[in-house]
Amino acid sequence: MDYRFNFDAVWRSFDLLLAGLGLGLGLAVISIFLGSLIGLVAAFAMISRNSLLRGIAVVYVTAIRNTPILVLIFFTFFALPQMGVRLGKVESFVVTLTIYAGAYLTEVFRGGLMALPRGLREAGLAIGMTEWRTNFWVIIPVMIRNVLPALSNNFISLFKDTSLAAAIAVPELTFYARQINVNSFRVIETWMVASLMYVAACYVIAAGLRRIERKLAIPR
Amino acid sequence: MADPLLVIENLHKKFDHLEVLRGVDLRMNGGDVVSIIGSSGSGKTTLLRCVNLLEDFHEGRIVVDGQEIGYAVKGGRRVRLPNSIVARHRALTGMAFQTFNLFPHLSALGNVTLGLIRVRGMKKDEAVAIAERWLDRVGLLERRNHYPGQLSGGQQQRVAIARAIAMNPKLMLFDEVTSALDPELVNEVLNVIKDLARDGMTMLIVTHEMKFAYEVSTRIIFMNEGRIGEEGPPSEVFNNPKTPRLAEFLKNSSF
Repeated sequence: MDYRFNFDAVWRSFDLLLAGLGLGLGLAVISIFLGSLIGLVAAFAMISRNSLLRGIAVVYVTAIRNTPILVLIFFTFFALPQMGVRLGKVESFVVTLTIYAGAYLTEVFRGGLMALPRGLREAGLAIGMTEWRTNFWVIIPVMIRNVLPALSNNFISLFKDTSLAAAIAVPELTFYARQINVNSFRVIETWMVASLMYVAACYVIAAGLRRIERKLAIPR
Repeated sequence: MADPLLVIENLHKKFDHLEVLRGVDLRMNGGDVVSIIGSSGSGKTTLLRCVNLLEDFHEGRIVVDGQEIGYAVKGGRRVRLPNSIVARHRALTGMAFQTFNLFPHLSALGNVTLGLIRVRGMKKDEAVAIAERWLDRVGLLERRNHYPGQLSGGQQQRVAIARAIAMNPKLMLFDEVTSALDPELVNEVLNVIKDLARDGMTMLIVTHEMKFAYEVSTRIIFMNEGRIGEEGPPSEVFNNPKTPRLAEFLKNSSF
């Protein structure tokens, strides 16, 4: 193959790629944060004795996990406005990724809750704490520590899913890469740089999460 | 005569169709140390867990320090009280579990202070002072910053006892607290309980340690098939069993 690499076009627009990466990270952080809250609530609903709560949580997780995320993105962006719910493209994507993250994190948290020994909750109750306090001060802190490795995996996965926002023209990294590609015809260079930027970002996220894991680890 | 500290009347408890407690009556005065013995499945642990409201019960009443706990009669119907009140009733008693159940993410000190701060509403300094006093009492003050995973079974159980007692319960419940321990760690835990007994702590103890029960108790209860089979002072129950069932149980126990 006789190909001459020329990164000029990519470097000229590198600030766009960086801005796109920044937006992607922002979208991921917001969605993961809100999705974790949903996941936590839904996980408790899943193991609740109340069959209505359990039913709602099961339907939510089943429906969302069995729909491709791209379909969910299109549904929120194209179909919801027809039903009277009008959102900007960024908001629309955040809503989608939050709901999607929530479904996956529900399963992570549910697994964590099921794995806890029953005696932990009873010990909290036995010293006179209410169910809420026991959950807040004992169950959730211990469960989160146990599921941190699985959470890290999901967080990285969800960050990479922000690339799909390009499909509805949210100006994140993949969107700008495609724009540079189209304008410059520097196909290989553009996607090479974009890929490396994703790799670098994921590497930094993973390293950060590992640090948190180590810091929070239960001493033995 | 002083009011009894614990009154259990006609206590019934079913798991599905299996009736585990079939009408238990029990009275304890302040300072009593009552040990419950009996074979597995006789309802000993269930009885203890009902007193701590970790189990619902279907019939009967439990009164701790003058307060009927867990249930009330409203409009002629027996209803379970709301969780916040149940939590307050639970705090009347302290519980030590067979499997310790320490909070693994908190140090020994953190385990003891959590309830003092979150339930009793104490300031941190005050909670730490009380927790350190109790950890010292169970011989673990120098381990206060160790986490449960860094302590032996016997040490974990002593922290668990300190955690329960620091809450200043009216009545301490011990549920087979040495059953999960290596034999050489049993005595350090039993000694802590004996020490509390000397102090006048009111205690209800489920145990398989017959010698310990004999030494520490003011009264022994033998549970048999969900009822109190026999009860009396240790010397009488252990030396003069009146029912063949108790005689057989004692023969098969290492006493």
